[in-house]
Parts: sequence; structure tokens; C-alpha cells
Amino acid sequence: MLRDEDRIFTNLYGFESFGLEAARARGDWDGTRDLISKGRDWIINEMKESGLRGRGGAGFGTGLKWSFMPKQTGARPHYLVVNADEGEPGTCKDRDILRFDPHKLVEGCLIASFAIGANACYIYIRGEFYNEAVHLQQAIDEAYAAGLIGPNAAGSGWDFELYLHRGAGAYICGEETALIESLEGKKGQPRNKPPFPAQAGLYSQPTTVNNVESIAVVPTILRRGAAWFAGLGRPKNTGTKVFCISGHVERPCNVEEEMGIPLRELIEKHAGGVRGGWDNLLAVIPGGASVPVLPKSVCDTVLMDFDSLRAVQSGLGTAAVIVMDKSTDIVAAIARLSRFYMHESCGQCTPCREGTGWLSRVMERMVRGQAAVDEIDMLDQVTRQIEGHTICALGDAAAWPVQGLIRHFRPELERRIRARHEGATPTGGRQGAPLAAE
Amino acid sequence: MSAPSMPAEAQPESFAFTEANLERARALIAKYPAGRQASAVIPLLDLAQRQHDNWLPRAAMDTVADMLSMPRIRVYEVASFYTMFNRAPVGKHLVQVCTNTPCWLRGSDAVVSSCRRKLGIDFGETTADGQFTLVEVECLGACVNAPMIQVNDDTYEDLDGPRTEALLDALARGERPASGSTTGRSGACPAGGPTTLTASAERAGIALPSAGSADILPADDR
Repeated sequence: MLRDEDRIFTNLYGFESFGLEAARARGDWDGTRDLISKGRDWIINEMKESGLRGRGGAGFGTGLKWSFMPKQTGARPHYLVVNADEGEPGTCKDRDILRFDPHKLVEGCLIASFAIGANACYIYIRGEFYNEAVHLQQAIDEAYAAGLIGPNAAGSGWDFELYLHRGAGAYICGEETALIESLEGKKGQPRNKPPFPAQAGLYSQPTTVNNVESIAVVPTILRRGAAWFAGLGRPKNTGTKVFCISGHVERPCNVEEEMGIPLRELIEKHAGGVRGGWDNLLAVIPGGASVPVLPKSVCDTVLMDFDSLRAVQSGLGTAAVIVMDKSTDIVAAIARLSRFYMHESCGQCTPCREGTGWLSRVMERMVRGQAAVDEIDMLDQVTRQIEGHTICALGDAAAWPVQGLIRHFRPELERRIRARHEGATPTGGRQGAPLAAE
Repeated sequence: MSAPSMPAEAQPESFAFTEANLERARALIAKYPAGRQASAVIPLLDLAQRQHDNWLPRAAMDTVADMLSMPRIRVYEVASFYTMFNRAPVGKHLVQVCTNTPCWLRGSDAVVSSCRRKLGIDFGETTADGQFTLVEVECLGACVNAPMIQVNDDTYEDLDGPRTEALLDALARGERPASGSTTGRSGACPAGGPTTLTASAERAGIALPSAGSADILPADDR
């Protein structure tokens, strides 16, 4: 188990104040100027060496992403945009950074902005996080008042302005280009890439978009050294991670642990175990709503990191662990996610706009067994018509939970269909297909 | 899945920000570079909605459009795209129940039942006295404290049926219960005490799980 000395978010539960004085006592804003004085190249190289992969779900190398920004800042201003639009079902980690440890984020914004040549940063926080925004704004105001940000931020010679921007309710704005559109005052509809934000992002200027957790860990990594962070976890899957453990466990919680911790250990050590014991486990969604569900047989041994979960055809995503015991109607659980994606599709791409609705309607029928057995294959095929055929990854996110269900729980889908045909419809026969778009 | 999805038929003739809100609006616009004032559209619509009993009449959208030199249709697009903008009147308490999978696994059905029974309304409806509007919402990002509801700006977490009813009673009495867990736990700390950050917990006087706590299964140290 990770030692408390190696934990970055030492106020994860809000036992202490989130204010500047308490944050300083926890080590924040310690020697920020010295870190900045080491220069852009040193910072970006340290971040690369640390192995930090983006904590928002995609797992792209943070240092590498920063290196895509133009090396020289010319007439075009650079921007850092922080994605605090947390809304992936199961995920509530950024919220606790925002409300309990906001100075880690504010300091990270300064250092990251310096590293990418940005004199301004916008934090886009989901509108529903009103009380969290109040805490964060207070932290920003404190940092300004103390000269830690603003002109000659923290005495570094770097001028830095930090703005908080509240959204207004749209899951899609967690997609980085939709977030930029929203920040520009438009509907949150993703942009085609290229151009990537590093070439043309906010206001068509070079922009880096990073998740809250990715930015908030930066100061600690630089203070303690890339080697420290890289020494935790496994190769290519380094460091610590805030996990959110929800669903059928004895004590749902957030906890910062080492990357690569076995799923079972994570649940048993910190969340009091599966309700009714490990053998009562049915399945786990290991990384938020968009990643495929895993049956107990995989959960027995799988490690919680990007590559281990990819190897079992799922993903770490946001590290939101949704636990389901044997009392769960697994088809209904996934169908509810399909309804979510239908609701949240921005409507821009046809495969997603039409496909998410179709998936949701068919999944509702699958819950009742009101389908034909060969429709299971059709359902799987349709997910593959959506996946990879849209501008952004929401189409993929809608497809994967259904694919995971079919992959691991096909017998349950078939059982329901047979049960319904044997019971409610004595004539049996095929009644599903024409209903597909009902 | 916000409140009524269609604009209200009865619309006020006009809308104007109060002096204090005009001041706030100017500060919001100043966050963005010159010529990029459209970035302030969501913040200004939010401000207008807060001033106008938590819903956005068309006149308010027009006012915001004019202030930001935006075509009105662009502002209508924004107001209809984001779920937090209510384009028709809502009750004093906008009760938003999350029914997404993590909340559902922890008993959001009971929370929904309690809301329906206590308020006598279904999703999308407002009580006759104008106090409560009930809506079903998607994930609000408090999954470890599920099930939860949000009432206006505050979240109420770790709910069950009876605690939901007690909350609605308190709101009906004009109280504003503290936002957060309704079982008293701190943030997303495990119930019964933290398994990590123990020194900080002790300093804060937070009880740690007792060593004999039977349901913590032993797992080997890594």
C-alpha cells in the first residue's frame, strides 16, 4: 500500500482548511519561483521523465502534450485550459481537489502555463459544481492577494492571469474541443482535429487542455522529482492516482493509491470490500461509464492501470470503479448508461446522434428480453458502426459499455429473451427486429 | 433533462439587470480578451437566471445578446443547449435527482419514490404552491456519496428514502440544510474513518476505523 508520505492529495477528505495558510503548511507554494527558474525545458523534461499520463481518461503523456506547443511565443498568445468539467458517471475525484485542495491546482496552473508559454489560464468548471467553484475562486483570490499569481507571479518574473469559468450543464464539454467551443460562448460541439489545440485552440491560439488532477500533481512531482513519481506504479503506468470507488461496496470512498494496485486490494483495503464478500461480486466498471464492464473472473486478478486494463479489453479511464454485486440487474445497469449517452450526445455526428438513441431503445428492450437472439449480434454490429465514426470519442464511449456487456454477459441477454418468449409470448417467434427503432 | 424543455408561453415584456448585477456582468466580461466578449454568454445567462427566479425569459436572452453584441439566435442556441438554463418557470427549490447507474446501484429508486410521494408530483412537474420542481438529471459528480440530489446550488448526498423526506420537509419549512453528506461523513472519506491520511485525521479529531473492525478484510501489504 502507498505510504501516506507518498500521497500528493493530503487533504483529500477535507480534514483541514482549503485556504492558503493550511495549503502552505501542506507544502504547496514552497519554492515555486525556484521551480520556474529552472526553465521551460527542464519542467517539460521532468514531466516526461515522471511518466505522468493524463488523468482525465485518455492517458496521454502530459509532458509530451506540453511539448507540442510552439517553442517561442510570438504574436499569438498561448493558453492553458484546465478541464474541470467532471461528469463521467462514477467519477468524483476532481471535485475533491477543487473543494479541498484548490491551491495544488492553482500552483499547478502557474507552473504548467509557464512551461507552455501561456500568460493566461482558464479553468472550466462544470456549472453544477457551484460550491466547489466558490472554494476555487477563494483560492485564486488568495493567490492573487499574496502575489503568487498575477504580474511577476510568485516572484518568478512571469506574468500570469488565472480565470475561473463556470459551465452550464453539458457532459460533452468534457471533450477538449467542445470545452473550447463552450468557453468561446458557443454550444459545446467538438471540433474536427486537426488542427489540434496546440496549433489552434482557444480563440484559434495555441492551447493546451489538461485535466484537473493532471495539473494539480505537477508541483509535487517537480518538488519531489520525476524519479520519485516514476518509481511508483509500473513502467509506463507510473505514479499515484485518485480512485473513486462507488456502488456495491461496504464503504464507498475516494482514495489516492499507487497506480497498478490490484483491483481487489483497492476495494478490500479502502472500501471495506464488496457488499456480502468478494464472492458476491458480479462485475466492475473500472474506469467510469465509458469503459467496458469486467466480470468477476477478470476482477480477481486485474491491476488498476492503463495498460493492464487495456489488456483485458477495458480501460482505466478516470479510475472510477463502479462495483456491482450479484443482486445487480446488469442489463439494466448498462442500459441506464446507454440512456445517458443518448441524452448527452451533442447531435453533431449522425452515427452518434442516431446511434445512441437506437442503442438506448434496443437496450431497454434487452432489459425486458423483448428481442430476438440474433438481435444481440445486430446490437454489437451497430456499436461498431458508431465507434470510430464520429468527430469525438462520445460515440466510442456509448459503444463500449454495450460491447462489454455482450462480451461478458451474452448468456444473460439470451436467457432473458428465451424467458420472455417462453412466458409472455406463447406463440414465440421473432418479434424483435421490427421494433428496433420503436 | 432539465426542467420543462420548452420555453414558457407567458413571457415578460422586458428584462434588465439590476445595478449590482450590471457591475458583476462587467467584471465577468472583463475576464476575456477584447473582442472575445461572447465567452461571457454562459456566465451572463447564469447571472440573469439567478436574478429572475431561476428561469430565463427570452427578454433576458435578448438583453445578454445585446450586451455581448451577439446575434440573438446564438444566445438562444446556448440557452437551449445547456441543461442548467431553465426556459420556463421552476419552483423555488429545483430538486434534481440523479438516477444514473452509480446512484441507482445505491438506491436512487427509493429517493425518487420519496420525492414523488412527498411532493405529489412527477419528473418535470412543479407543486401547485410553486415551491418545488422535480427533475431527473444525469451524473452530478458525487458518485462515491450516492445516491444524491441537488437542490439549486447545494448537493445532498448519502441519501435514502427517509433522509430524502426529512430534507424535503426542512426545505418546505424554509430551512437550508448544509450541503454535503446527510450521514455526516467528511467528503468522500470512507464511512467509519479513513484508511489513509491517518495523521491528518488524528489532528482533525476524526476517528479512525478500530483495529478490530471486522469487515476490513486483511490484504497483504504490497
